[in-house]
Amino acid sequence: MIDHIALLGRATLDTLSAIGRAGLFLVQSIFCLPSREGFYLWVRQMHFVGVMSVAIVLVSGLFIGMVLALQGYTILVGFGADEALGQMVALSLVRELAPVVAALLFAGRAGSALTAEIGLMKATEQLTSMEMIGVDPLRRIVAPRLWAGFVSLPILTVIFGVVGIWGGYLVGVDWLGVYEGSYWSNMQDSVDFVDDVLNGMVKSLVFGLVVTWIAVFQGYDLIPTSEGISRATTRTVVYASLAVLGLDFVLTALMFGDLG
Amino acid sequence: MKRNSVLELGVGIFMLAGILGLVFLGLRVSGLGVGVPNDTFTLTANFANIGGLRPQAKVTMSGVRVGRVTDIELDPKWFDAKVTMQLDAEYDGKLSDDTTAAILTSGLLGEQYIGLTVGGSPDMLHDGDVIHDTQQALVLEELIQQFVSNMAK
Repeated sequence: MIDHIALLGRATLDTLSAIGRAGLFLVQSIFCLPSREGFYLWVRQMHFVGVMSVAIVLVSGLFIGMVLALQGYTILVGFGADEALGQMVALSLVRELAPVVAALLFAGRAGSALTAEIGLMKATEQLTSMEMIGVDPLRRIVAPRLWAGFVSLPILTVIFGVVGIWGGYLVGVDWLGVYEGSYWSNMQDSVDFVDDVLNGMVKSLVFGLVVTWIAVFQGYDLIPTSEGISRATTRTVVYASLAVLGLDFVLTALMFGDLG
Repeated sequence: MKRNSVLELGVGIFMLAGILGLVFLGLRVSGLGVGVPNDTFTLTANFANIGGLRPQAKVTMSGVRVGRVTDIELDPKWFDAKVTMQLDAEYDGKLSDDTTAAILTSGLLGEQYIGLTVGGSPDMLHDGDVIHDTQQALVLEELIQQFVSNMAK
């Protein structure tokens, strides 16, 4: 019995110190970009984290927009309100689906790769040797990746939203025959740039930071064995997805809770 | 670290795509105008009940969009709703001062909007004028109440 209580206490202490390490880790690594060298490192990571994720975001954005239009049309046409299709597609994409789905895809595509990459560096003691020759691994390895994730997820979200709205247009207007003018004008009447688009951007900035933070920290903090790497990679995807979904609820409640 | 120009180009295009996408979301999706504060004029109208009318709702004439609602507030003098709307400047001085404003609903469950109907008066409405002849929103409960009380007679 005492053993169990001790185990519980140990688990709590471990969790708390992991949170503390993660916080310190974030603060130490996020404020050390501005140098020429750092900029090129950042560009490299932008390419890997951002540009290479464009394909998956394009395809899934297109299909989600198309499915939204198809589902929305079958529901709305029952009320004779199929002209509100543009509004429905745009609002659900811009407010909710683009930030969340892009962040989930991002966690799966870029987050897991970041964890595995940094984890393997740690397992093969590259990080230690860097420290030994006087190069700060937080500055050289972690900071560019953090900043790249933070910058590229909002861009991916914008691309997701635009492609999704275009996909909704293809299905709704070109296939199902919603009047093109009302698709766009209903959308423009109901979507507000600050309330909807910018709030969606704020969401994706938060998600970008949290997802990359979890990914990079899991890689940096793992047990340097092959099993440790595989566990950390799994944890990255699980934690990041849960964090995105949970934070999404909190942010939505803060942003849209009083819009009624 | 060697510079890699292909890589830099890719990242540049990526970021440009993000900015262009944001512009698209601003202009095309949320209908943000590019600096056109001057070509509208303002009218106000008091309604006994605005139902579900919200700011940004459209103002139409014969179904054609001519402006939008900018502000809704309670008029403390008469305790009715004071709706401020901005109309395209091309109609400034073209609407007679007995123009009526009604709150209408698009479709069964659609948004509420304001429909204007021009009257026959020779005097015209100008910037800042008030539309006096208004028709409040249809509230379902009131309709049912009327119907029930008519049944009872």
